[in-house]
Parts: sequence; C-alpha cells; structure tokens
Amino acid sequence: MTGIDWLVVLIRVVGAFALLLLATLVNVWAERKLVADMQNRLGPMRAGPFGILQTVADGLKLFFKESIMPRKAEVGMYLLAPFLAVVPAFLIFMNIPWGDSFFIGDREVVLQGADLNIGLLFILAMSSMAVYAVVLAGWSSGSKYPLLGGVRATAQAISYEAAIGLSLVAVILFTATQGEGGTLSLNEIVVRQSGNWGDVHPIFSWVPRWNIIPQIAAFVIFLTAAVAETNRAPFDLVEAEQELVGGFHTEYSGMRFAMFFLAEYVNIFSMSALTATLFLGGWLGPTWEGSLPAFVSGALPTVWFLVKTYAIFFVFVWIRATLPRFRYDQLMTLGWKRLIPAALLWLVLSSVVLAWRQFGAPWG
Amino acid sequence: MGVVKDLLKGLAVTGRTMIGTITGRELVTRPYPHVKREKPQRFHGRHVLNRYPDGMEKCIGCELCAGACPAQCIYVRGKENDIDDPVSPGERYGYVYEINMLRCIFCGLCVEACPTEAITMTKLFEMSTTNREDGIYTKDELLMRPDGTVPHMFPDDPLADLDELETADGWVRATAPGGRAAYEGVKMWAGTPGVADWSPEPTQEERDRRSGE
Repeated sequence: MTGIDWLVVLIRVVGAFALLLLATLVNVWAERKLVADMQNRLGPMRAGPFGILQTVADGLKLFFKESIMPRKAEVGMYLLAPFLAVVPAFLIFMNIPWGDSFFIGDREVVLQGADLNIGLLFILAMSSMAVYAVVLAGWSSGSKYPLLGGVRATAQAISYEAAIGLSLVAVILFTATQGEGGTLSLNEIVVRQSGNWGDVHPIFSWVPRWNIIPQIAAFVIFLTAAVAETNRAPFDLVEAEQELVGGFHTEYSGMRFAMFFLAEYVNIFSMSALTATLFLGGWLGPTWEGSLPAFVSGALPTVWFLVKTYAIFFVFVWIRATLPRFRYDQLMTLGWKRLIPAALLWLVLSSVVLAWRQFGAPWG
Repeated sequence: MGVVKDLLKGLAVTGRTMIGTITGRELVTRPYPHVKREKPQRFHGRHVLNRYPDGMEKCIGCELCAGACPAQCIYVRGKENDIDDPVSPGERYGYVYEINMLRCIFCGLCVEACPTEAITMTKLFEMSTTNREDGIYTKDELLMRPDGTVPHMFPDDPLADLDELETADGWVRATAPGGRAAYEGVKMWAGTPGVADWSPEPTQEERDRRSGE
C-alpha cells in the first residue's frame, strides 16, 4: 500500500463516516422540527439558531449521564447490545455510493465506504443483524417491558425482512437486464440507472431512467417495509412509548441509550439513502460539466444524492407525523397477508415481463 | 383502494398543517416568555387597589369584597379615618387588606361587589412564587402608588411585565357608568391603574364596525 492508497481509503471511509454522523445530527433536529411543523408547534428553538444545536446539547447531556444497569440484567449481552445496534447501522451506509467517482492522478476514487460486489446482500444481512441488538437488549435487560419489546421485534423483523428481500429481488432482476449480467454492487446499480426512457418512446426522453418507473410496486413495498425495518412509526411497536414505556431500551440510560438512539437515526438515513440509490438513481443527476467550475460539478452528484435521500427521509417523517401506531395483529396482517403476497406477485409479474422482452413470447 | 385514499387524506392534513405552520398562517404556538399573546379585554389577572386621582385611596374598608369572595381569600379590616389626615374620602378606609392569591379563583366577584371600584383586576397572571407566604398579597403589593403605577411583586425578575400590570381589565368599563349610552363619546373619569386618561367610550357604530372586522 502506498501513500496514495491510504489517502484513498481515508477519503472513502472517513468521508462516509463523517457524512453519516453529520447527517444524523441534522436529521434528529430536522425530524423534530418537521414533526413540530406538522403538529402546529415550534419544535426545538433555544439551542443555536432555529435550535439546530439541539442534538449536540442532547448528545452532550446523554454523554455525561449515569449509565444505570438493572440488577437482573444479563451483563454481557446487556453491554453488547448497544454496539450491536450501532455497528450494523454504520456498516449499511458504508456500502452506499454517495457521489460520482473521481480521479486522483490515475487512481479512481469511488465515493463509497466499500464497493462490495455483494453490496445489497451485505446490506440485507446487516439490517438483519440490527434486529439482534433489539432482541438482545430487550431480553438481557431482565425487565418485562423491554422483553415485550424484544419479542415484538423478532416477529416484526422477520415479517418485514421477507418483504424487503422479495421486493429487492424484482429490482435486481430488472437491473440485470439493464447491462452485462446481474449485479449486487450498489454503485453498479446506480450507474445502470443513468440515461432516460427515450428508447421506450421518444416522448419519455425527459424521464430519467430510474428504477422507480418500472418498479413502482417494488418501491412502495420496499418503502413500507423499510419503515417497519427501522422500527419507525407507525410500525414502532418495539419502542411504543405508550404501551411499553420505552420498549427494548427502557432500561438503558446515558451513553448506552444514546447509542440506540444514534443507531435508529443512522438506520433511517441509511434506509433513505438505500431507497434513493435503488429506485431514484442515487447520485445520478445533471452536473453540467464544462459550463460550471470543476469543483461544483464534481460536488453535484453528492448534492443530488443528498437531495434524493432527504426527499425519502421527509416521507419517513411525514408518515410518522401522520399515522397512528399499528396494532400488533394489524402489523402481522400487513406483513404476511399484504406485503409478502404483493411482493411475490410483483416478482412473478416483472420476471415474466422481463423474460418476455428478453426471450420473446413463449409460443414464439 | 380505501386504505390508500385514507392514507393520502391523512398525509394531506399533516402536509397542509406543515405549510401553514412554516408560513406562520396557522401557527398558534408562541415562544412564550419572549412573545406574549395579547390578552382578552376582560382578562382576570392580579388585583389592584386603586386610588383617586388626588391620591386618596378608594377602598372604604366595607368588606363587601370579602363577603362576596367565594374562595374566602380576602381579608379586610377597616379603620376610622383621621379627620385631619384622611386616607380615603369617607368615614373609614381599608386598614388591612390581604388577598391570598393561592386561594383566589380570579372570578372577579370582588370587583363586582366593590361599591367604589377600589378593587379591580389587571392582566398580569405570572405570579408564581417559591414560598407560600409570598402568595399572600398585602396592601404593600396591592395598593397603587400615588402616581398611578402599581408595585410588582418581583420587579427585578427579567420576565416581569409591568405593562400588563398597568393595564386594567375591561370589567369596570363594561359595568361602570362609562358603558352607558348616555356617556358615549364623553371622556370619562376613571381611576383604574395607569389609565386616568382613558379615551372616550366608543360609539355603538364604532363598536359594531370593530366587531365586524
């Protein structure tokens, strides 16, 4: 490894990490502010201009708070759970490309923590790992409300993981027809969404070639399941303040609680970014190369990525501010009786169409 | 697709509220200690013992307020005026006057009962104390100064709002002779805090016009 290699790795990892942390700081504030607006309130407004430093203040407060541990807690698991929550949350984002690649000398730098060829699979694995944190935190707290939260998490996560996986299979199949062979690399998936739909009909030449157009059903299913996967309202049965006090993190305080909190918001941002990457063309967008200064058009892909991510993030917040929490049986009904059959149906439908287009009619 | 329709309907509600809040059209919440709402005209706030413009106390120590008080929070003792140096015009004056603000329900019956309009209410409602004894307002706190201003319990408090203390509620104006049709447009004498120069009663047309706004 030469110096330039180290620099490249540093840019990729530290860049993604810093972006994620900064975005989380802003997101917590932004969510509180947006929900406040939707509920005719003012939201945080004392710390810094428009209260933008509220998250910093809250974080510092939590950092200095005592971490209380219940006497009946299973010590090892209890201490491990917060880390189990944070680490997968960060690892998910490490796979998401957040900008166009550029060159330092003759070396290509991809703005992505790591461009895994099994990126999507890795993300699914990591989001399943995050469930363990919730389950173990609930179980190891040695208290009944966290246990109930943990039990809910097991069932909820399994139901919606299936829907997420199935809806993504359709996307992967579609992506495979857009280039040379199939791919699970997220950067490749983004690149294959470049261009427009002009080849279908000339009047669509202004429509970007994003996956959301042919995979709209997969998008809806994925978004719904993603809300459930991140344990957000209206699927926040795992935390359910009104029923379970705080759910799985009832017995956590101080920095350990802060880690769960951080993980939740990192997960929201990662899921928004993943949705934008898979369905909205990730960092793709007009850069007007040549007519703008080089550093502006170099930064524009990151801007487009953030714009799309925050559009999805806004939907997350909007849904949270609008919908009441699902009852447990409704959650299960939606997962198993609606989303999974819908995802399967869509998978079959889009496979048939793709095969038809590629190989011709079966009787032909 | 009834569910989807309902979902979109709900999203529309929150979306509309958000836009209304951001533009300030629908914003109801105010950053309270910094921005205060305008109180209704007949807001029932802290009491004040008024003086006549010549400096005489209006209270004659009749104890009608204490009798009218449903919460029994007023304690009055009257005393004979010194003929050479009278405190109030009349035989007696309020020698002791105490209101227990912790018991007061701010109904305003004392104001109604008072024959001389000695006790009125202001619009000040921020009266929290750290000490139960401070909740009992004596004549020192209640009685207006000869210049027409009213003492504040905590004048050093950064949140103390003297304006609201000096603004009388509309009760006296609504019931006193000033509210009669015969006095329309006539500048009335009045002695509630700081408003010795009340503007004339608005005419009926003017009031209709205002309420129609």
